[in-house]
Order: sequence, then structure tokens, then C-alpha cells
Amino acid sequence: MNDRATSRRNLLKACLAAPWQAAAFQGKSKVVIARDPQLRGSGSGVDSTRLLKTLDRAMQSFCDADSPIEAWKRVVKPGEVVGLKVNCLAGRGISTSVPLVEALCERLQQAGVQRNHIVIWDRLNRDLESAGYRVASHPDRIRCIGNDTSGYEDELSIYGNAGSLLSATLTRVCDVVINLPVLKDHGIAGVTMALKNLFGAIHNPNKYHVNVGDPYVADVYMLPPIRQKVRLHICDAITAQYEGGPSYMPQWSWPYNGLIVAQDPVALDYTGWQIIEQKRSEKGMQTLKALRREPAYIATAADAQHRLGTNDPRRIERVEV
Amino acid sequence: MRRRNLAAVLIAILAVSCGLKPGSGSTALFPKTGEVSGWIQNGETRTFEAGNLWQYNDGDADRYIQAGAEKLLTADYRYQGKTDAVADIYVMKNAEGAKTILESESEVGSQAVQVGMAGRLYGTSVTFRQGRYFVRLVAYEEAPQVSQALVDLGRAIEARLR
Repeated sequence: MNDRATSRRNLLKACLAAPWQAAAFQGKSKVVIARDPQLRGSGSGVDSTRLLKTLDRAMQSFCDADSPIEAWKRVVKPGEVVGLKVNCLAGRGISTSVPLVEALCERLQQAGVQRNHIVIWDRLNRDLESAGYRVASHPDRIRCIGNDTSGYEDELSIYGNAGSLLSATLTRVCDVVINLPVLKDHGIAGVTMALKNLFGAIHNPNKYHVNVGDPYVADVYMLPPIRQKVRLHICDAITAQYEGGPSYMPQWSWPYNGLIVAQDPVALDYTGWQIIEQKRSEKGMQTLKALRREPAYIATAADAQHRLGTNDPRRIERVEV
Repeated sequence: MRRRNLAAVLIAILAVSCGLKPGSGSTALFPKTGEVSGWIQNGETRTFEAGNLWQYNDGDADRYIQAGAEKLLTADYRYQGKTDAVADIYVMKNAEGAKTILESESEVGSQAVQVGMAGRLYGTSVTFRQGRYFVRLVAYEEAPQVSQALVDLGRAIEARLR
């Protein structure tokens, strides 16, 4: 069996597992934004019941399904090990929220994924814990592990200007990854969402912040295990941040109270970038371009060398539910 | 025993020669539990040298390093048993570096506050500089009196940095 045949088989499997992918490649990339102004109820915490409903609305709309379970059955298949790539770098203030991951785990299990086939992962155990997750490695339960525990591959993966060791959780444990970034500003790269969240899958993300992360963010995403395994992106926009990221800055955060779902990471990032620019404008702040941190890597990810998706607004179907 | 004493003396000499406050290796700059009304220190103090700063705040680390950050000391706190917060103390090469960081941050939504040589209050966050130290305090939730409580905590840290 040569590599090309294996690659074709993987592509076929991915398309069968996610029939809605076909629509994305035929024309427009669908980006669903689901919001609930009452997501926080009367307090500052998230209402988990409302969050589950918001997630369900987003998934049903995205998959054009009659029920949330049906939607999830189109995304994942029983037997697959599903990785949930969270973003916990900034601690509790602006990380992938625990209630969102709990809601996802509930729906995944209802869709037939065994609990010991769900792995929540990020860069460091410490990051996970600081965001409110409990690190757990029991093989019979939902696992939650940092790359510092699971380790990295010994050999470099290389594409373009990127050369990195990949997380063993990504390469050896997960069959499928659901990417769960956060909607936020980034002081160097402009914004950080779907594409850049995979910096948490490599050992040397600190090497790739020169030139506003361009082309490094796109190049890292091209590394085969990332490109082949990441199947869906659900951006946590419950709390978003328009300045001062990626660290948590409460003064520049706001309750967007939403989730953004896409299969196309470039379309999601383009859409999220516009949301951040709009908020910056409302606050009287300069555009990211004026500050010389326009996220050029988004366009690079869409170019002929990468083809990771589209950043053309005419080819993005933005659906708000 | 003699070796241990010698090591302690060497560490003290090293700290002074590096320009840090004596005993400021990791914990001395942070107020202890009960020292500031309502605040308890929650967990250990952590230290990140400039070369490892990205492990704490990847993507944000570069601007501190460019301004001359030598290390970061960070400690978690809790106010009145329910509001979590974090205190970050960046040790810069000189006072100019601390000033550079403070002044590079947008003042939108903030007010000047009398902490350190210059400080700003942003609701649930306080930033200030004192000599070559840049300090950021962040509370994770809005709560009654949390702004004033952060200012109080900041002033206690400032006193240790003088």
C-alpha cells in the first residue's frame, strides 16, 4: 500500500464520515453563528442548559439535520477516537469553556462515541488546569491530557517554513479532532482562532510569531496529521476579546454569547476577524491593518499553495441562528 | 551545614548583584495571606525566565522580551473566598522597559490610579510600574469592591518593590 493510496483512502473515509463537507467544496463555505443573549442568565457564569441548546442550534443548522444527535452522527462515527483541541493558554478568563466541552462530550456520547474514545487535550497540563479542566488519564474514562504528559513525535514534520514535532495525542491517539478555539485578538498575529489554535499541537510555537505569523500559521496547519484529522471547528465566542490577546485582559473582553461553527478554518477565521474589527471600531480603536498586525496568514491559508479554505466573503455563507 | 550556609550567602549575593530585592527570588515580592484585607494567596509562586516566558504567555511574551523582560513572577490569589485573581510581576532590565509596557497598552476604559510610579485601573484589572517592575493584576470575575481590592493588593505589592 503506497502513501498516495493511503491518502486517498483517508480522504474518502473523511468524506463519508462528514457528508456536509461536500457542500463546502462545491461552492460556499458555511459558517454558522449561534448566539443567545441570555447565555449567562443572571450571573457571570454560563447557563449550561442554554449553552447546550445553542450548540444544538448551531450543529443542526450547520449539518442541516433534524436533530442534534443526527448532526453529530454525521461528524463522527462510533469507534473513532475524538480529540477535543481546546485553547487554555490564557487561563480561566478566555479559554475554551468547560461547560462547552461538557456539552460536546454529552452529545458525542449520545451519537455513539464511547467515553473512553474522547480526549480533551492542549499544550500543558498546567494550562488545562488553569482553565478549569481536571487532568485525567484513566483509560476507561474521558481523558484530559497535556502534550507535556503525552509527549511529541521524535521526527520533525515539515511543510514550507514550518518544522515541528507534533503532539503524540494528535498523531497516535486521535482519529478525528474537533478544534475548539476562542475568538480573540492576538498582539502579534492579529487574531487567533481556528488556524492558529493548532499551534497547541506543536513543540515550538514560540518560533513562529515573526512577520505576524505569516506564513507559519498556514504552514503548520498544512502538516498532514493536522490537515487530515481536524474535521470540525467550533469557536467558543461566549466571551471574546478585541485587544490585548492572547493573554486574558478583562478590560478588552466582551460577552459575545455565541458559538461559531465551520468546517473551513479559513472562512471561520475570516468571519471572526471581521467580528473583532467591528468591535474595535465600536470602541474607537484602530484597525489591525493600521497597527501592522493584519492577520495576513488567513489569506496565505487560502492561497494556491495551501488551499485550506476561502477568505473570499462572496464564497462564505454566513448563517446566523 | 557549612556548605548550605555558603550556598545561601551565594544566592543572596547573586540576587543583589542581579538588582533584585534581597530575598525576591520567587515569593518575597508577593503579599502573604491576610496581609491585605480579604486576600489569600492561592497556590505556589511560579517563575519564568525570559527564555521560557512563552510557556506562560505564548504570543504575548515577545513584547515583554523586546522591552527587556528578564523574568516573570506570578502568583494566584482569591478575594473573599470566591473571586480568583492573578498577580504578574515582570522584572525588566530597567525602569524604561516597565514604562514601555505600561504605556504601550490602550487606556480606553481605564482611569489613572495611585499605585506605583504610574498605574491604571480597568475595572477588574490593575496595571502599574514601580522602578523596573511592571505589575498586572487581573480578577476573573466582576464582584462588588473588586476594583478597590485590586488597588489595595497592588499597593501592598508596590510597598515590597520599593
